[in-house]
This record gives sequence, structure tokens and C-alpha cells, in this order.
Amino acid sequence: MTSIEYIIDHSPALIIAIPLLGAFLTPLVSRLGSRIRNVFVIIVAMLTAFLVFLLASDVFSDGIRTYIFGSQDLTTPVVRILFEVDGISIFMAIISVLLSLLAAIYSWSFMKKYDGLDKYYTLLLLMTAGMLGMELTGDMFNFFVFLEITSISSCALIAFWTHKGEAVEAGFKYIVVSAVGALFVLFAVALLYGQYNALNIATLANTIQYSFLDKIAFVLLITALGMKAGLVPMHMWLPDSYSQAPSSVTLILVGATQASLYGVFRMCFTLYGGVFADGILSSMTVGWFIVVLALVTILIGVTMAIIQTDFKRLIAYAAVAELGYMFLGIGVGLTAMGTSYGKTALDGGVFHILNDALDVGLLFLVAGSIYYATKERDLDRMGGLARNMRYTSMFFIIGLLAVAGMPPMNGFASKLLIYESTYQLSPILSIIAILSSILLLAVFVKVFHSVFMGPELPRFRDVQEVPRSMLLAMGIIALIIIVIGLIPGIVVENIVQPAANSLVNHLDYISHVISIGGV
Amino acid sequence: MFSIDTGSGFWNPILWVLVIIIAFLMMYILRSLGRKDYRKTTEQIKPFLSGNPELEKDKMHVRGSNLYWGFRESLKGFYNVLLKLHSGNTSDYILWFVVIMAIFFIIIGVI
Repeated sequence: MTSIEYIIDHSPALIIAIPLLGAFLTPLVSRLGSRIRNVFVIIVAMLTAFLVFLLASDVFSDGIRTYIFGSQDLTTPVVRILFEVDGISIFMAIISVLLSLLAAIYSWSFMKKYDGLDKYYTLLLLMTAGMLGMELTGDMFNFFVFLEITSISSCALIAFWTHKGEAVEAGFKYIVVSAVGALFVLFAVALLYGQYNALNIATLANTIQYSFLDKIAFVLLITALGMKAGLVPMHMWLPDSYSQAPSSVTLILVGATQASLYGVFRMCFTLYGGVFADGILSSMTVGWFIVVLALVTILIGVTMAIIQTDFKRLIAYAAVAELGYMFLGIGVGLTAMGTSYGKTALDGGVFHILNDALDVGLLFLVAGSIYYATKERDLDRMGGLARNMRYTSMFFIIGLLAVAGMPPMNGFASKLLIYESTYQLSPILSIIAILSSILLLAVFVKVFHSVFMGPELPRFRDVQEVPRSMLLAMGIIALIIIVIGLIPGIVVENIVQPAANSLVNHLDYISHVISIGGV
Repeated sequence: MFSIDTGSGFWNPILWVLVIIIAFLMMYILRSLGRKDYRKTTEQIKPFLSGNPELEKDKMHVRGSNLYWGFRESLKGFYNVLLKLHSGNTSDYILWFVVIMAIFFIIIGVI
């Protein structure tokens, strides 16, 4: 076995261990100086990203990879945890680790002036470990534990600017919503464990009977994770939290929200996949329920965004609308399960997760840059900033076009897949989705005019472009957006379709554990 | 490599990029046909407001909340309801969670 193969073998564990260890070492490294600490955090994030990409290349070429913590003999009844990494797990991990790395780079200058950065970076790495854990684990209780790690570290980071009352309030709201959601997830896990004496997702998926208690567990899991994912009308915590957190934190919060969305996928398509496949539970009924909620999410998100005057709150509502597009893809995929357009919708929904993370993430970083340079978030008090902040305004244009689904940006490619497949289910749904996307463009045209266009305002005459680390983070995202937009075929074929296929082929997930003697 | 199959068609961004390049070329040609006597340092750069004097820069800028005023006014009823729902009260957030859970449970229970 070569050293690379050895690293790949242990990468599921290392991907969690490195940021976790890095988080606890950060306060110690901080003693050596702020520059060394920043370099250390970026190295930890880069190392984690390297391992994720290494594991991704392995999973996309050789299929599912399982990692066992504890006894390797799966037939003996001892405590152990299985990590099971398939296409969708690693797809989500790529997004999470990318956002974390970029947030660490952006934070270098953005957070420079603030105190308590040893705690900030510790929480940032803890949140990274939490998200990755949620995405890689194959164990229900372990999923709950990582959900809690993500929620607690997110809450502390949202309320990081404790001198602002609103940030503390947003943190409080977030922890209340997260705690309630996590409690119901734990209750669902207990219901499943009580019946089947198992916590492994593949084991549960293989034995699930869809009893009355399983129905309750399904409702609890989907609703709780749906709330954490920002599904309307359970989205109201999202604009509060996204707008009050530092922009670098908001970037990772997008990843944390999507990790909960991943949870919805895993429960629907894997844990209860057999129930749908056998026709015990109608995928059409659940699919339509998700489609209706998705459309409401898009409409409420976009109409609320258009009336906002707070820059970050406006982007947060746009992010809600974007989540609606992902749910629409998944909903149509479930409704039309087994058809070719159902699969296209699923591809579109999964592809849009990646695109949304990049597009909305870039816009949040731009909002952070504007705040850094002007100390303003109110659109009514801004104007003419394109003169002094040329790079930032250029990045905003890229983010604007991408999030509104304008060709040839990445957002267009995923939205097109969703539109065309949704049209085949019902043309009116597709028309509503397209019109909402046009409204989204109108929303960001308003922002572009208010912030960057117009005469040079006297109080912003001395405003300067943001430091290089912030430009670098925004530049990397903008570059990825353009590249994905220009080569969507490669991305869909090599990353998106394997991820979507792993959702559809839930038996692969189960049979992999069976093949190593786990069920 | 560049194109994706959408099931009922395809999308190739390279074609779009070519169209954009042609559009920019046309724009450049049209611009180069324009007047050559424009000077940045002269009064030519001042805004022309039908002979009226220019106000302070702060008063000249169209603010964010000025945009789409008509849209908001025509949907006032809708927005009154929507804003009332977004109360900012954490209890309401949890209430919506319970409502959706109840609806979903009814749907699942009925099936």
C-alpha cells in the first residue's frame, strides 16, 4: 500500500480529526502571534480541503468508501461508528470545505481589528468539523452530535460581535431554533433505535418497516432539518442570523444550512428510500408537498428581498429564494421518481446546491467588503462606490448575474435543468420559477444601482478598495463561478451526476455495508 | 465538455460567449464612429438637467428604497400580511415549525 492509498484509506477520519484538532490547538497557537495563528488556520483548512479532494477522486472513481471507528468485526455487538462516504456526501463535503477555506482567507483582513480571534478561529474550525461530520457519517446518532456541534459553534459565531445587541439577539434566535430542531431529530433517532436496535443509516434503511413510529420519525426528521435548511415558512431565523453574523461567518453559515439540506436528502432518499421505492409511501405525495413548499419559499424569498434596504438582509432573503430552487429540483425529482425528467430535476437541484453556495457566498463577501470599507449596510445611505471599489463592484456583477441565473454563469445551467424538468411536470410551476428568477435579477439591479452607481457621495470620497486577502477570497469564488459556467458539462458529468445517482440508487449505500458484513 | 443535456434540449455556454463577443465588437465599432471632440477636463462632463442647477450629490442619488416604489405600492395588501408574519418573535418561528410538522403529519398519516 502506497502512502497516498494509506491516506485515502484513513481520510474520512482525518477530514474530521484535522479541523477538530486544529480548533483546539488554535488558542495555543494564538499565543505565538496573530499572523502565525492565521497561517495555521489557513493551513489546517487547506489540509482538510486537500484530503476532501483526495477522497472525492477516490469516491468518484471507485464508489462508496466506508470507514469503521471501533471493532472491525461488524457481526459482534460492540459500540462502533461507521462513516459511509458516497457521491452526495463527498459532493457536500467539497462545498463545505471550500467555503471554510475561503472564509479563513477572507477573515485574515476582515476580522483583523476585532478582539477574541483565537475563539473566533476555534469556532470556525469546529463548525467546519461539524459540517463535514454531518456529511460523512453513516450513523444517525453521530449525525445528531455533529448537527449540535455545527449549531453551537454557528450560534457563537453569529453572536461574535457581542457589542451589537442585534447580533446577540440573532444568536439567541438561532440557538432556540437549532435546539428545538435538534431535539426533534434526537427524538426521531430514539424512535428508530427503540424499534430496530440500530443507529447505522444503512442498517436502518435495510430493516425499516414504515410503522406508525417510523412515520412519526420521518415527519420529525424532515420538518426539523427543513427548518434548519431555511424552508418557508420556517425560514425566519435565516435573515436574522445571516445579516447579523460577520460576512466570513455568513459564508460558512451557507454551508451549514446546506448540510441540513443534505440531511433532508439522506433521510428521504436513503433512510426512507426503500419505503418510496416499494410504493409503501407515495413519492408523488411527498414530492408535491415539497414542490409546493419550494414554490412558496421562492416567492416569499424574492418578494421579501425586493423591499429590503439592509444589504445583508436582502441577500439573506435571496438565499431563501435560492434554497427554494434546490427544494424544487428535489421535489420534482421525488414526484416524478423513475422518469428521465425526474432525474434531470434531481441533477439540477444537486447542481444548484454548489452554485448557490458560490453565488450567494460571493454576494455576502461583497456585502462584507462594503461594510469593511464604509461601515454601512443601509442601501439608502450608499452610492457611487464603483469609483473607489472597482474590483469589489466587478465581483458583485459576477455574483449578481450568477445568482439571478443569467447565462453564461453557473446559476443558469442548474436553473435551466430545474426549469425544463419542472415544465414537464407542470408548465405553470416552471413559469413561476422563471418569473421569480427575473425578480431576483431586479432585486440585485436595485442593489447595484444603490451601492455602486450614482454620483460620488462626499462621505465616501476617501473610501478605498478592501485588502488583498478579501479580494483573493472573492476572486477565487468569482473564478470558480465563471469556470463552472463555461464548462457545466464536465461538472455535471463528473461531480453532480454521481452525487444525484447516489441519492437515487439507495440500495448501493445499503449493499456496501452488507458486503462488509454490517447488516 | 462544454454543453449539458437538459432532457428536452441542450445548453452550450460557448455559443453564448461567442454572441457576447460579437455584441461587444459591434458596440466597440459603433463607439469608435462617435464624435472625437469629447474632453474630460471641460464642462462636457457636467450633467445636463434641462438648464436647472445641479443639486448636492447626496440629493441627486436615487436611493435603494426609491426603486420599485410602484411595485411595493401595488402589492401593499400582500406586503402588509407578509410583514406581519415576519414578526421577529422567536415563539412565532417555533409556531410555524409546529404548524408545518402538523400539516406534514396529516399528509403522511392520511396516505
